[in-house]
Amino acid sequence: MSPINKSAKQVLAPIVSNKRVGIYHQIIVNIGDLAQKCKPGNFVAIKVGGENSALILRRAFAISRVSTTSPTGGTMELIVAAHGQGSSWLCDRVEGDVIDIVVPLGTAFGVPTEPVPVLLVGGGYGSAPLFGLAEVLNARGSRVDMILGASTASNIYAPMEGKRAVNTMRIYTEDGSSGHTGRVTDQLYEQIKDLNVAVVYSCGPMAMLSAITAITKALDVVHQCSVEESMACGIGICMTCVLPVQGQDGIVSMLRSCIDGPVMDGALVSWNQVGKAV
Amino acid sequence: MTSLDFSTTIGNAWFPAPTFTASGCASSGRELAQFFPLREMGGVVTKSVMSRLRPGRPTPRMAETPSGMLNSIGLQGPGIDAFLAQDIPYLVEQKARVIVSIAGETIEEYSTLARKLRSVSGISAVEVNISCPNVENRGLVFACDPDASRRVIDGVRRTLGGELPIIAKLSPDVTDLVSIARGVVDAGADGLALINTVLGMVINVNTMRPQLGGKTGGLSGPAIRPIAVRAVYQVHAALPKTPILGMGGIANGKDALEMILAGASGVSIGTASFGNPTAIMSIQSELKQMLIDRGFKSLKDAVGYAHRAEDAPHE
Repeated sequence: MSPINKSAKQVLAPIVSNKRVGIYHQIIVNIGDLAQKCKPGNFVAIKVGGENSALILRRAFAISRVSTTSPTGGTMELIVAAHGQGSSWLCDRVEGDVIDIVVPLGTAFGVPTEPVPVLLVGGGYGSAPLFGLAEVLNARGSRVDMILGASTASNIYAPMEGKRAVNTMRIYTEDGSSGHTGRVTDQLYEQIKDLNVAVVYSCGPMAMLSAITAITKALDVVHQCSVEESMACGIGICMTCVLPVQGQDGIVSMLRSCIDGPVMDGALVSWNQVGKAV
Repeated sequence: MTSLDFSTTIGNAWFPAPTFTASGCASSGRELAQFFPLREMGGVVTKSVMSRLRPGRPTPRMAETPSGMLNSIGLQGPGIDAFLAQDIPYLVEQKARVIVSIAGETIEEYSTLARKLRSVSGISAVEVNISCPNVENRGLVFACDPDASRRVIDGVRRTLGGELPIIAKLSPDVTDLVSIARGVVDAGADGLALINTVLGMVINVNTMRPQLGGKTGGLSGPAIRPIAVRAVYQVHAALPKTPILGMGGIANGKDALEMILAGASGVSIGTASFGNPTAIMSIQSELKQMLIDRGFKSLKDAVGYAHRAEDAPHE
């Protein structure tokens, strides 16, 4: 068995900045040397609501990027949408506020040993961790192309500086308010073939991940996806965030998306059994 | 620092500290070991294990509620054989003290599990989780049926012989908790674990359906703490000689002390670890300091203190 969350630490970390980027907040947190341990795909669990809050569970956020060279030491960037009570609390934090975090958690995206062409597919703010990944893949010499999708233009997260590591970026919105009208999977089959893609990386809603898997399976292309399932602890002890995943023996078992994920091999997830009794 | 005897005993099992994980809240132990050495707490209560591999309930399995959460795991686990082969050796190697929690669907299954534990070294006690549906009696939960509760414990006691202490874990969802506690103690339980989660439900107003895949779930966290304190207090009053592991929403040293004063000889920490991986360590040191601050020389002197008359002497 692989060591579990070997580098994870619980620390109090100061917020360096909190800026609005469209409907999202870009929050930079000083995490010191822990930034060196964070890999694209890892996530952070954050205590929310303050000292006497009735919110007793941490919130999990994908780390979008880390910097080990900022003037304050290592930092991590989070892209957060103020959805519920916990994320709204986090979006209200200001520079200098200290937050209680556990980081880095979970599996990371695997980077190919050879510089093969790769395609990154993001849904909504699920695109955030793909920009950090794009930088790593680009630095390794891979050709990186990106497809982003959302219901409407304002839900697309695509920062200017993020595009530097990306060869082409294609945008889909369901209402046609930006880019192509439709979904990220509409021309995915052709795009994978045309670009000679060897690995598809994805992050976004489960229905999108499932639809991508159907296409990558048909083309026999590797699909590494970052999954999302409601999670109480983030460290592997509560058993709530499980997904049906096929093991090497072919047997489907309920694996934790916090420990065996969030990055999983899309081909092994039994998408049609998610939410059903195994 | 003033010296304090922080140890506790359940049956013939001795623990250097009165702090335990709650079953189902520490997975295999490896996950928490990343954050503190497991041997530094009183003991690990393992997740309830059944005879066979069990996939558990469908997702979503979790719903956060005010100061609490509902869970609907459905006792997912590898089955007793894989558990004994993989998890126990690890915990023993970590020098953790281990209480193995067992769960069954029939009275016979509990006895079968107990038989497998007889020859395993490194186990301090057995927790019998009787909050499971009895498939032989229309799915009625054992813990809600005084007669079935007694028969489960009686079967485990006969199988185990006198060696390993038995802790019966009871459900608060009953009319007369004290009579059920009395029944399982008469049947051979050395200790009681109080309380299991409280059955609850959340309905999602967007889908207009139950939020959890399993529809109902067990409520845990500070929301249920007063229920747990009441349960421990009532049972300790009726059975003052029976050690109780108190649990239900303990999140800090003060909460733990409250449970000890109500009559618990030890405390289990579950949901608090979800929000804070080192909760058990901080609860342990806070509890120790609070006992010292109140002039106690020994944890045992504080157990059930709340039952004493107002003018009773401190020691």
